[in-house]
Amino acid sequence: MNQDVTRSRVDWPALVVAALLLIAAALVFYDARSQTIVSTYGLGPTAMPYLVSTVLAILGLSHVVVAFREGLPKPEAVDSNAILWLAGGLIGLIACIGLGGGFIIATAIVFSCTARSFGRQALAIDFGIGTVLGLSIFLLFSKLLQLTLPSGPLENLF
Amino acid sequence: MDTFASLMHGFSVALEPSKLLFALVGVFLGTAVGVLPGIGPALTVALLLPVTFKLDPAGSMIMFAGIYYGGMYGGSTTAILINAPGESASLATALEGSKMAKAGRGGPALATAAIGSFVAGTIATLGLAFLAPWLVDIAVKFGPWDYFGLMILAFVTVSATFGDSPLRGLTSLAIGVTLGLIGIDKLTGQARLTFGVPELLDGIEVTTLAVGLFAVGEALYVASKRFRDPEEIVPIKGSLWMTKEDWKRSWAPWLRGTAFGFPIGALPAGGAEVPTFLSYSTERKLCKYPGEFGNGAIEGVAGPEAANNASAAGTLVPLLTLGLPTSATAAIMLAGFQQYGLNPGPLLFAERPDLVWGLIASLFIANTMLVIINLPLIGLWVRLLAIPQPWLYAGILVFAAMGTLAVKASVVELSMLFVFGFLGFLMRRYDYPVAPMVVGLILGPMAEAQLRRALQISLGDPMILLENPGSAILLGLAFIGLIAPFVMSGLNRFKASED
Repeated sequence: MNQDVTRSRVDWPALVVAALLLIAAALVFYDARSQTIVSTYGLGPTAMPYLVSTVLAILGLSHVVVAFREGLPKPEAVDSNAILWLAGGLIGLIACIGLGGGFIIATAIVFSCTARSFGRQALAIDFGIGTVLGLSIFLLFSKLLQLTLPSGPLENLF
Repeated sequence: MDTFASLMHGFSVALEPSKLLFALVGVFLGTAVGVLPGIGPALTVALLLPVTFKLDPAGSMIMFAGIYYGGMYGGSTTAILINAPGESASLATALEGSKMAKAGRGGPALATAAIGSFVAGTIATLGLAFLAPWLVDIAVKFGPWDYFGLMILAFVTVSATFGDSPLRGLTSLAIGVTLGLIGIDKLTGQARLTFGVPELLDGIEVTTLAVGLFAVGEALYVASKRFRDPEEIVPIKGSLWMTKEDWKRSWAPWLRGTAFGFPIGALPAGGAEVPTFLSYSTERKLCKYPGEFGNGAIEGVAGPEAANNASAAGTLVPLLTLGLPTSATAAIMLAGFQQYGLNPGPLLFAERPDLVWGLIASLFIANTMLVIINLPLIGLWVRLLAIPQPWLYAGILVFAAMGTLAVKASVVELSMLFVFGFLGFLMRRYDYPVAPMVVGLILGPMAEAQLRRALQISLGDPMILLENPGSAILLGLAFIGLIAPFVMSGLNRFKASED
């Protein structure tokens, strides 16, 4: 079990995590320094950010150490096509809500793209199913639970 | 007021017909969502939380109790029938349960899990009812320094003590605490880490983080490796009912599982993994048919499942009496309480006894309902498991979007869901636990508030944390918990190199 000798190469994912943690530490530190309201007795609003920033920095440095020793667990290969479809569906959702397309169409986009990313090849049918699903959720929420979901052209018909 | 009278009062609240209906709906929804593969109780509660927003506090709490216990119940069904535990606490159940299902004994496995959950849940809820008032009496005397010590201890145990890697657990926790800093500081009105985005002033919603990490993250993770491990549902063959022999072999593990689960769950350390695996290994040692273990021994389902449910009721003890969440599910429940403007803790017992005791009473009711309605309905739940995976995850993401939009209908909130989803995906890939992050988000600001209160009282002298015996002991325990895994992993490495 001589780990240090057999795995002497650098583990890049761990180094990336280390870098991200150090960047986060710097951000938190910078944000705390630029705060203007600090004049309370006792601990001000900046004390905790400084503490958190320190902890993040320590964790970041520990990841550097890990990167040169055992590294992070090696993940399996990724089906990037599936990830792209899923992410695309979610971006479609955000865009649809942002552009005022309403909840029902947004639901149909997420539903069909996610189903596609899990290997179904029937985008149009799934879009239909998603529309029906979105419509029923919208009606249930707005009529029964009195919760408002974002409205678009379709929702305004009800 | 003594416990018994309070509990009876609670039942009088929870047994109103309208409240019973809420409980029934909660149990039903909880089981239906909890039974879906990949969805554990934490995500079940997070997804269904928005549904309860517009009810009155008592009604929504009661529905909540049903969702919580229903989600636990549904999770064990999934663990047994497709060997896909939605959370680590069902891992032990899945070990023997899926073997039993493959051997055509899926029915008795589900039955012993259900009845064991009922027995354990009832005993543990009784434990909660009798322990809570006593703990509340102690908690009233707690100063902010004691709360701070308790929260630090919870931080350490949730993230460092039980995971595979304390470093990755602590990293997850630290990210959660960092996210907790975002928003307006409640004491001074100072905006922190908002970078000029007005939507961030309110802080990060716990439900958005939980749904992003658990639902979107899980969907991305499963999609990314979908060609590698197809899930297989084992059809239930033969009788659903347990034989006399099954009963004889189940009752002792139920009780032992409860005895492991409740006390460990009630500790501020939390975690259901430890009691379930303790129960599993104990039953393995005590089993009269050692050859059956590993091939579907009913004891291996009965014990861990009871331990799992008992510890779930146990985590409600620190949650209700101290406002201290020790699991991801408890963190989301706390967020739910806060949504109704309620802060669990000793004060809630004094101010809203009807609510607290109504909730405890409805836990009993939910538990009973689960056993009565779910054993006959098991066929329906099994059919839910047969939903094709593309539609299943498509539906989960629709619910995730719905839950997020119902809390805050904004593009910023959805974008956060997206970012947290990818974070959850990457964390799963590199084996970072996600639960500490959720706990850190909700517990971080609370710990900060207590620390600042303590130092205001002491006029800025940090020694107050070590001069009070309570906080000194708690911080000492936290320190030991923090360094113990590093010392012990050093020992392990030493042992390994000796071999």
